[in-house]
Amino acid sequence: MGDWKTVTVPVLSSDSKNIFQCTSENKISPPSMNSQVLHLTLPSSKSMHSFFSAFCTEENIEQSISYLDAELTTLGFPSIYAESKGKELNLISVINCMNELLALQNKNLRAQEEVEMQHLKLGSDMDHLQNCYAKLKEQLELSKREIVGLQERDRQLQSKNRNLHQLLKNEKDEVQKLQNIISSRATQYNHDMKRKEREYNKLKERLHQLVMSKKDKKIAMEVLNYVGRANGKRGAWRTDKTEARNEEEMYKVLLSDYEQRQKQLLVENAELKKVLQQMKKEIISLLPPQKQKPKERSEDGLVLSDPEEDIGELNKENMWELSCETVREQLTNSIRKQWRMLKNHVETLDNQVSRVYSGALNEKDVISREDHELETEKLELEIQQCKEMIKTQQQLLQQQLMSPCDDDTTLLLQDCYLLEERERLQEEWRLFREQKKNFEKERRSFTEAAIRLGLERKAFEEDRGAWLKQQFLSMSTDYKHSENVTAPSAFLGSSDQDNRLVKSTSQQRKPHCMLSGPVSAERCQTPQYITRNSYSAASKKPAGDSKPNLWVESGKEETE
Amino acid sequence: YRLVVRDAGTLQILQLYTCLDQIQYIEWSSDSLFILCAMYKRGIVQVWSLEQPDWHCKIDEGSAGLVASCWSPDGRHILNTTEFHLRITVWSLCTKSVSYIKYPKACQQGLAFTKDGRYMAVAERRDCKDFISIFVCSDWQLLRHFDTETQDLFGIEWAPNGCVLAVWDTCLEYKILLYSLDGRLLSTYQAYEWSLGIKSIAWSPSSQFLAIGSYDEKVRILNHVTWKKITEFEHPATVANAKTIVYKEVEKSPSAETQRLSFPPTRALANSLFSTQSKYDISQVPVSLQYIKPAADRANPKVGIGMLAFSSDNCFLATKNDNIPNAVWIWDIQKLKLSVVLEQLCAVQSFQWDPRQPRLAVCTGNSKVYLWSPAGCVSVQVPVEGDFQIVSLSWHSSGDSMALLSKENFCVCYLERDEV
Repeated sequence: MGDWKTVTVPVLSSDSKNIFQCTSENKISPPSMNSQVLHLTLPSSKSMHSFFSAFCTEENIEQSISYLDAELTTLGFPSIYAESKGKELNLISVINCMNELLALQNKNLRAQEEVEMQHLKLGSDMDHLQNCYAKLKEQLELSKREIVGLQERDRQLQSKNRNLHQLLKNEKDEVQKLQNIISSRATQYNHDMKRKEREYNKLKERLHQLVMSKKDKKIAMEVLNYVGRANGKRGAWRTDKTEARNEEEMYKVLLSDYEQRQKQLLVENAELKKVLQQMKKEIISLLPPQKQKPKERSEDGLVLSDPEEDIGELNKENMWELSCETVREQLTNSIRKQWRMLKNHVETLDNQVSRVYSGALNEKDVISREDHELETEKLELEIQQCKEMIKTQQQLLQQQLMSPCDDDTTLLLQDCYLLEERERLQEEWRLFREQKKNFEKERRSFTEAAIRLGLERKAFEEDRGAWLKQQFLSMSTDYKHSENVTAPSAFLGSSDQDNRLVKSTSQQRKPHCMLSGPVSAERCQTPQYITRNSYSAASKKPAGDSKPNLWVESGKEETE
Repeated sequence: YRLVVRDAGTLQILQLYTCLDQIQYIEWSSDSLFILCAMYKRGIVQVWSLEQPDWHCKIDEGSAGLVASCWSPDGRHILNTTEFHLRITVWSLCTKSVSYIKYPKACQQGLAFTKDGRYMAVAERRDCKDFISIFVCSDWQLLRHFDTETQDLFGIEWAPNGCVLAVWDTCLEYKILLYSLDGRLLSTYQAYEWSLGIKSIAWSPSSQFLAIGSYDEKVRILNHVTWKKITEFEHPATVANAKTIVYKEVEKSPSAETQRLSFPPTRALANSLFSTQSKYDISQVPVSLQYIKPAADRANPKVGIGMLAFSSDNCFLATKNDNIPNAVWIWDIQKLKLSVVLEQLCAVQSFQWDPRQPRLAVCTGNSKVYLWSPAGCVSVQVPVEGDFQIVSLSWHSSGDSMALLSKENFCVCYLERDEV
């Protein structure tokens, strides 16, 4: 009701038709609509008076009252006259009517508000729906276009497919045709061949007749004397008995061959069965102990559940070498089952191991990395400390050498150093002497070997000379062929001797190698004397791995 | 027209015989006492005895002509095939009897004896149909006579155990039939239709396998239990398997030591200058071999597996694909796969296995003989002056030596035994 005024302003400015539509809710009969318009329009304050004055003036008061009364009664309000006839206004009823009219007006305004609210709502809904509609239309267009495109592609592919099918059919037809051609040509060819062969046979017969009819005396065999049979027996007549015997022999040959083959197969079979048995045992031993399942016994007709019983049974049966179906089936079925179980077992183990391994690896990695870092840190510290120590030592040394300190202390120090040096020198001398001894030994053995070699070579040359002489002498009696044949062997013989010599020399070389073993180990230390300069130069490199002792020694050497 | 008999160890001439005409074919009898010399042009067969040089025998076929001649397994009968394959005459050296076998088939291998010499199979053709007759060699009695389902029989061969006879058809049809000794058909094998078929076959020494080489460059192996194919060996132009060893023959440049040149040049030096040494190199796999595709419009094309041989210990199979004439393929039978390929410089003429060991000798028409064994392979130069083109070779039954034949000469190659 607070919006009264705001509502009224647009109402006035708007078309009377709008109000006409909005107030359709009110149950007002259509013929009285126009008059209702007049009633419901609440004019503005300014035009209110003018409007009212236009309706009722001083002259037509009674007329306007009677008009109002008529309108009100038609609306269902009580009459505003005091009594049914008379011209006096019933004020109370007028006021009541006014009040009721106002109330009606309020109600109508409220209704109008509601209607307008709904109108707005519907308007926004409609906008929204229109947007949706537009979007959907777009989408529909797009999908339609897509469908068209896909349909086009589908059509193309189908036509391609049809072409390929057609080609394939053509090829197949061609192949069929060619095969037919080939077969027809083959039959024709065979027919022709047969015809030619018959002709040829006729010719042969004719020729044969001619040949035989001539009774060539030439066709004969001239033998000085007839030879005995290979096995010394006389020839036998051909009789039925011999025929039967031949048949028998033939069948014997065939049977023996079959028997041999069957024996081989039996042996193979037995071996394979043994192998299978072994495999089964091993598989069972590998598997974890299975719990007995009495249910399984009743399931199959064959006893498969208890592996030990199985082994026992089958072993017993194999002893009798039964190769009947059931035993074979049993064995193969049981092996298959055990193998499957083993496979599953191995698979589960694999999974476990992989899980454990991956887990272990991670841990190891973590631990090792940490450890590794710690260790590297430690090592680096150590290196630093060592380096500092070395530096300080060097400094001290320098000071010692440079500073003119007390004679006593220097002498003492020098003495100590000298002693150390002397001891070292003595050791090295000892080593040197040992090596010298070894060298002498080797040299002696070498000379001995050389002497021996010379002697052997001489002996060999003598042998060779003698043998060649012999050969030459014998050559004159033999043919040349034997020379060709035996010549290569002669060469082979000499190469054998050469091989032997080589072997002996190589054997002598072996002890030399053994002796030089320990010598080479000691050689590492001797370079100090042989290549002093290079050694000291090399030791100047400040390597982290070099021992600090060597460094110190080289420093001493330099001074001395 | 002389026949010279030499000692195999010393090549000393033991006997000398003179024949009436140019000898086309010679054969020893099974007991090594007689030699048969066949002269096809004159139609005469002369038989000589080793024990009695004075003994002679001449078989004259006269106008019937002579196309082939061979000994029977007992060494006392000679089977002559007359011209146009009119008949096979069985001449006996012990009795005066003569037997005839009519309508023999005019094919490459129409006559086959079992290894123990008991039975002989003869291929016959009557009324455009092929038949096989099985005779007992001891008394020449006909044991079995049956027809074969072949279009045009090409060859027959007994299995080494003497119980199965392999009969194969012409190359126009791939068909091989296996008959038992008593004439029952055991099995038929046909790998494909229409294309050219079987070119060569070989039985394994244990009769376990039958290798069939065909024009499609493949070898198919049948087993003796089911007579079904157990494997196929292909011979492609590119060897790609990493486990195959490929030995390639390469020429060694002759090392001419100029300091030692003397005049007149020694025999050895002359040889080394004019003949090229060769050796084997191992080629890295994959190796592509020289592939020849002959003209398709000629008959009997040089395609397919022309040579097949099993080694005597049944472990290896040597094959030659005529499309790749320079290569010898050696298959391991125990593993059923390709083991070695020998690539030669010239086309392979022939190869033969050592009768005792798995050792293969190959000749390619030059003066070298090539030996392969599982330990390796070696190229051996024949030390002769001039040309010696080895056309064929033949092993001694002890495996210690082999005869190398050229067109006009021959030499014997002795092999050293490894003393263990």
